Amino acid sequence: MLKIWVLRHIQVSLASLGRLVRLPLSTLMTSAVIGIALALPTGMHVALDHLQAISGGWDGAATISLFLKQDVEAKAAERLTEKLQAKSNIAEVEFISREAALEEFRQLSGFGEALDALNSNPLPALLVIKPTTEQSDPLSTQQLIDELEQLSEADLVQLDMQWVRRFHALTEIAQRGVFVLASLLGLAVLLIIGNTIRLEIQNRHAEIEISKLIGATDAFIRRPFLYAGFWYGLFGGVIACLMVNLSILTLDDPVGQLASLYHSSFSLSIVDLQTVTVLLTGSSLLGLLGSWISVGRHLSTIEPS
Amino acid sequence: MINFDNVSKRYPGGHDGLSNVSFHIKPAEMVFLTGHSGAGKSTLLKLIGLLERATRGQVLVGGRNLTQLPNRKIPYHRREVGMIFQDHRLLNDRTVFDNVALPLVVAGMGHKEVGRRVRAALDKVGLLNKEKSAPITLSGGEQQRVGIARAVVSKPPLVLADEPTGNLDPALSKEIMTLFENFNQVGVTLLIATHDIELISRMNRRILTLDKGQLSHDGLKHTW
Repeated sequence: MLKIWVLRHIQVSLASLGRLVRLPLSTLMTSAVIGIALALPTGMHVALDHLQAISGGWDGAATISLFLKQDVEAKAAERLTEKLQAKSNIAEVEFISREAALEEFRQLSGFGEALDALNSNPLPALLVIKPTTEQSDPLSTQQLIDELEQLSEADLVQLDMQWVRRFHALTEIAQRGVFVLASLLGLAVLLIIGNTIRLEIQNRHAEIEISKLIGATDAFIRRPFLYAGFWYGLFGGVIACLMVNLSILTLDDPVGQLASLYHSSFSLSIVDLQTVTVLLTGSSLLGLLGSWISVGRHLSTIEPS
Repeated sequence: MINFDNVSKRYPGGHDGLSNVSFHIKPAEMVFLTGHSGAGKSTLLKLIGLLERATRGQVLVGGRNLTQLPNRKIPYHRREVGMIFQDHRLLNDRTVFDNVALPLVVAGMGHKEVGRRVRAALDKVGLLNKEKSAPITLSGGEQQRVGIARAVVSKPPLVLADEPTGNLDPALSKEIMTLFENFNQVGVTLLIATHDIELISRMNRRILTLDKGQLSHDGLKHTW
């Protein structure tokens, strides 16, 4: 019994698909409209993902500078480095000795001769600490800083928190924006599919009437329209996916050139599998829901006489 | 099989389709329903197929009380009643085979069984060689026979026909009637609405005559 039921559903879904394929132009146009509506939020989501990837990769942006007290010996500093390295919320610790710091300063600052005039090295030793990516949100970072400040070797702990916070706030707003846009365009997709199915119901008025006359249940009559909605949604999702990927491939070259001007090897990557899955599932469900609403409204108005 | 007990149907707007109609049709009877246009023949058939519901009185079909049947059970009731129309009501974008198969598909029958039954039904009406044709390419008489095949393919105990010979010449009408008699012989109850008095008066069957929504005569001969 279940086997027959499943078989029947497969038959109906394929029959709906066949009906759409026989009218390729109108199917393509409807799916393309749905695709464009879905491509917008998907594209923005992907752009936001990339922005977050860039910010994560920005060297030094989320690193903490721990300046050691002048009297801490090189040996003790190395021991501290190892101790910190072992902590679970720290990804990497780089030790810059007083000598190395002096050397770097000499090279970059152009004050080399002035330094030679000093008889002792004025620069402190420095630990550059990178928190793990999971612990890089403002709250965890602040906790880490508080922890580091407690160390007896610590002289000064520095982080441009303000900048990190502002960036997080901005991406949060952008994320909400994408969500609002996705909701609005999702509603548009519902309306597009609802309207398409309404026209389809009108076109098949005679068939629905006769089916009801010979004892078709509402579920039986509803089924092909629901599948049609599902297919429209799925096609729309696939088209949206293709459009976003095409845009990424078009933008990849110029973005790479721009990145190389900033000495970055950053490049765009195509839509990841998780986003594709969410997009296709979401679009199919929207299609199903849109046609469900439309079928519920319009099918009951057709009664045989 | 069919039991009407003081049935009235008043349409919105006050027009009376039927008033106080009572009769009983036994299983395996073949009954004609006649009367002038607008006398209520179609209304009576619609009440049996639940295309309309009675305003007053009780309609019993095959032991089911249609007055109390909930809407969601209407499809299952209609599967027990084969309906034939003057305008055939065939789907012109499907083949003859698919048209006849529709009641079986709707009832969820398996593929093989559908093929077997459809061919048997087409064979009975003499259209086995036309199964792949489109209905629109057939003559009026042939289209009506496709409609009949569709009505009997699921072997319903009751078949209703509304002016089945309305557009056919006497020879073809005779053919259709012979077909109905064949079904009746195997136990199918038939109720056939027609105003073709000449045809039915030669068949010696029970005739229900309606006049202005009321049953004016019930017997072997018509009087109006």
